[in-house]
Amino acid sequence: MIEGIFVEGLVYGIMVLGVFITFRILNFPDLTVDGSFPLGAAIMAIMLTRGSSPWLALMLALTGGILAGFVTALIHTKLIGAMGNNEQMVINQGVNPEYMKLIGVGLSNGLVALSGAFVAQFQGFADVNLGQGIIVAGLASVMMGEFILRSNKIAILTLRVLLGSILYRGLMYLGRYYGYYINLTPSDLRLITGLLIVVSLIVTQLRGERKWSGAGAAPLNGGDPKQGAVGTAPDAKEAAATRGSA
Amino acid sequence: MIKMVNISKVFSPGTVNENAAIRNVDLVVNEGDFITIIGSNGAGKTTLFNLISGNMIPTEGQVLINGRDVSKEQEFKRARYIGRIFQDPLLGTASTMTLEDNMMITHRKGRKGLRISLNNKMREFFREKLTSLEMGLEDRLKDNVGLLSGGQRQALTLLTMVISRPELILLDEHTAALDPRNAKIVLELTMRFINDYGLTTMMITHNMNHAIQYGNRLLMMDKGEIILDISGAEKEALTVEKLVDKFHDIRKRTLESDEVMLST
Ligand SMILES: Nc1ncnc2c1ncn2[C@@H]1O[C@H](COP(=O)(O)OP(=O)(O)OP(=O)(O)O)[C@@H](O)[C@H]1O
Ligand SMILES: [Mg+2]
Repeated sequence: MIEGIFVEGLVYGIMVLGVFITFRILNFPDLTVDGSFPLGAAIMAIMLTRGSSPWLALMLALTGGILAGFVTALIHTKLIGAMGNNEQMVINQGVNPEYMKLIGVGLSNGLVALSGAFVAQFQGFADVNLGQGIIVAGLASVMMGEFILRSNKIAILTLRVLLGSILYRGLMYLGRYYGYYINLTPSDLRLITGLLIVVSLIVTQLRGERKWSGAGAAPLNGGDPKQGAVGTAPDAKEAAATRGSA
Repeated sequence: MIKMVNISKVFSPGTVNENAAIRNVDLVVNEGDFITIIGSNGAGKTTLFNLISGNMIPTEGQVLINGRDVSKEQEFKRARYIGRIFQDPLLGTASTMTLEDNMMITHRKGRKGLRISLNNKMREFFREKLTSLEMGLEDRLKDNVGLLSGGQRQALTLLTMVISRPELILLDEHTAALDPRNAKIVLELTMRFINDYGLTTMMITHNMNHAIQYGNRLLMMDKGEIILDISGAEKEALTVEKLVDKFHDIRKRTLESDEVMLST
């Protein structure tokens, strides 16, 4: 059982990394994830049933996911504009923010599709419904990771994403196998996921972890609502507005 | 080094909201210039900066940098040789990253490729530079920048910008969002860096005294035009009264003291 949870946690953990990149680093609630996950699974299933090598299938799944991410990033940059913790800072470093978004969203969805491909292997099948609730599961895992470990070092941020994923899968496992004692049905697990998110949010907030509390803040604000009061940013808003309408 | 030739910027052209923010402006910025810019709200100061930095493309006219026409060059490309600091202290640094990571990113400015090279030698270099700010930041390399005060963040932005050796720096009321004590510290730091590194500078301020006291040249903007360009001995002898009189002579209207705020 432990081994099963661990493997599941790692396999889905790749998807959680993808969700972490868009939701937490880019501050961009990317709904493509629900689609790129089954996309990766489908590519894997089709390739395997045609007798191709699993490595080639994984590469193709990754590529498929990256392309899906590119489409989203392109639509986003051409239509809307700002993304990330501080777009002006990216520009100030002489870096094209559009490339960064392309790389970020592409990488994110590539990872998600890769995870989907592994899950298709793991479960022995793939269908469209695999994607259902993937974002929510990913978010819950990200938040549970933040719940157990506090850090601002990139290595630990990555590690805790995987830990969060394993913990989440463990809880889901318990819910699935022991839930019937208290009449829990599989669809009730959704409710548990929702509650997990709420509880993690509240606890992290109460502990006063400020650094990733950017939910709902405008991306250009530096992702910290409490800091937002320090300065008005007419220039930034002008800038964002013109870039958006250009 | 910078030459603006007959620059105009019109917002929403051809609509009822048509607004000429910059009208036929000609301007030459020489290497080593330290220009202060004043003007009432909506005079076009920030728009002028946006046109230089590439955040906006002029409706008409050209921007030349070292003789090269950059009118159509994108902002991120010009950022490699133009440094810019905004009024909002949050815009220059990333809140959710550590001080050392922020410095690492800005230190790599203009250099391509991925590199993980935050080693102890680098940290020592950052620490040494931070010590020069005299804010105790050298002991907070692992703190998130979001924990710093607005003044400390603005000082950090200034430091990282200076380290990257820009050819021109644009300061847009960069102390206006700070409390008086921090504003003074950041302003003094700015003057020290400009002197030490010999930076070509354009600084927008709402404080007439600062505009008169600092720099070798003063521009006054009004309604999208540069109506005064004072330098040399005339700039040295300038007083607030003379400035107000000059405005009156040119515009035939009184300069409301709160138009160009007279805070001391
Ligand atoms: N992105 C924009 N879209 C439309 N109009 C704009 C835009 N940016 C500036 N303007 C208009 O251009 C004019 C000049 O604005 P600008 O921001 O350059 O003034 P300013 O001199 O910097 O004023 P302040 O001292 O208040 O910062 C104003 O009328 C302003 O409303
Ligand atoms: Mg302005």
